[in-house]
Amino acid sequence: MSTEIKIADLQGIRAIIRRARRWDIFFTLLGILSLMVGILTFVALFMDMAIKGVPRLDADFFLSFPSRRAGEAGILSAWVGTVLVMAVTALAAVPLGVAAGVYLEEYAPKNWMTDIIEINISNLAGVPSIVYGLLALGLFVYYFGFGQSILSAGLTLALLILPVIIVATREAIRAIPTSIHEGAYACGATTWQTVKDHILPYSTPGILTGVIIGMARAIGETAPIITIGALTFIAFLPTAPFTGEPPAGLFDWLFAPFTVMPIQMFNWTSRPEAAFEVNAAAAGFILVFMTLAMNGMAIYLRYRLRKNIKW
Amino acid sequence: MKRSLKADVRDLDFYYGAFHALKKVTMPVYAQQVTALIGPSGCGKSTLLRCFNRMHDLYPGNRYAGGGIVLHPDDTNILRPEVDPIEVRMRISMVFQKPNPFPKSIYENVAYSLRVRGMRNKSEIDDRVEAAIKGAALWNEVSGRLSELGANLSGGQQQRLCIARALASDPEIILFDEPTSALDPIATASIEELVMELKEKVTILIVTHNMQQAARISDFTAYMYLGEMIEFGVTDQVFIKPKKKQTEDYITGRFG
Repeated sequence: MSTEIKIADLQGIRAIIRRARRWDIFFTLLGILSLMVGILTFVALFMDMAIKGVPRLDADFFLSFPSRRAGEAGILSAWVGTVLVMAVTALAAVPLGVAAGVYLEEYAPKNWMTDIIEINISNLAGVPSIVYGLLALGLFVYYFGFGQSILSAGLTLALLILPVIIVATREAIRAIPTSIHEGAYACGATTWQTVKDHILPYSTPGILTGVIIGMARAIGETAPIITIGALTFIAFLPTAPFTGEPPAGLFDWLFAPFTVMPIQMFNWTSRPEAAFEVNAAAAGFILVFMTLAMNGMAIYLRYRLRKNIKW
Repeated sequence: MKRSLKADVRDLDFYYGAFHALKKVTMPVYAQQVTALIGPSGCGKSTLLRCFNRMHDLYPGNRYAGGGIVLHPDDTNILRPEVDPIEVRMRISMVFQKPNPFPKSIYENVAYSLRVRGMRNKSEIDDRVEAAIKGAALWNEVSGRLSELGANLSGGQQQRLCIARALASDPEIILFDEPTSALDPIATASIEELVMELKEKVTILIVTHNMQQAARISDFTAYMYLGEMIEFGVTDQVFIKPKKKQTEDYITGRFG
């Protein structure tokens, strides 16, 4: 055995590290560049819209119906339509999506049928939205006779975001540790008691996030809404409950014709006059703002609710 | 000393899919005694424990393939398919390896075992919760803050909270699955002391990978290896004069 003390070739080691480090620097730069392409594009679009549109925003813009004169036109029917359609979408999609997600995670037998369903839920999320529009035109508008109404539009968008909510629900449930899950069963709980007392309360933050992301997608959808026949020019609001023609009911507004924000924008951008461009930019700004506000709400709710959930 | 039998494991075979995890396991469980299951990792000791509350039913592919666990005095074979696993879990509760309090208040954690049994009377639940927390030697530390989250307690306190939860429903047997492996030595000592106190009221089955722990707290010890029951006996006898060479090798640290 040699007793020589080994002398490290420090120069050599440092040169190797320096060479290897170059790739770190290269990838940092590449990463920043890639990030900037995405962010700067969005910022540029948003700023352009804001600069054009924000001066147009005043109370009248929100309280006026569309008009042939650009200066008098507003988005009243569009934003009311969007809010009502979104309400229908949420009321239909959330219970269905959460129930389906809970079933798949907690109740479904693990066999090939379940596997096929699971694979296809992810596929459904990738179906082009206009296909949902066509389906809804046949099913809701004609077959069920809902007409070109808020109800039809809300249900169409509900179908569209159902896969998003199902997937979010399942992921939220899977994030619950096995030990908590087993703990509930070990206490003698049935599956339903486990779901009601544990699974649903603990997965609510994740489910809410999925719901809002789905809603943020639905709010900007244009194609399926046009397919089922939303009007592009509409100068009245849906009837308020109990105010329409007798016998007036609580839900008459569900069957009212309507328009939504993206369609109003689409309508204005197709006009030749520059003043309508400004209207479109202003409406676009509001639409993006609504989407961002929903995402902000999702982040806040998740943060608030997670504070009480510690494993 | 005459001991009565609480449960009887008879020729139990169990499979995880195609893997034969328990092979013709036979073992008595004596009432109001602590029985320790020891053996190297993968020997089937946790698998056997989880048969007692039908935890395996939660996952597909698990199969009780013969034999059974007969619970006395009613002589019910709790592994028979027509026996509802919920009924089994109401009679036999469990404390897990890692403390797993629900993300609910300390009170609700313990009350949950009672609520699933349909108990609604507030004052009755209050009394039983207090008794269970006292039984788990936790009352002095938490009596003033029952509405706080269970997760805010220390690891050892969380485990005692889980013991209180398992105790609240007045079970016939409590299963402990390596209950101290995630705890520091001081918390471990308090759990061990508690286990020895609990056997006054309830039968205890404990899986441990810590042989000193088995020697300290158990009355009976079962040594398992590769899914087979190698030796079962009074703890002192198993540790001082094991009948089988394999047991001796494991206990003396020559193997394992």
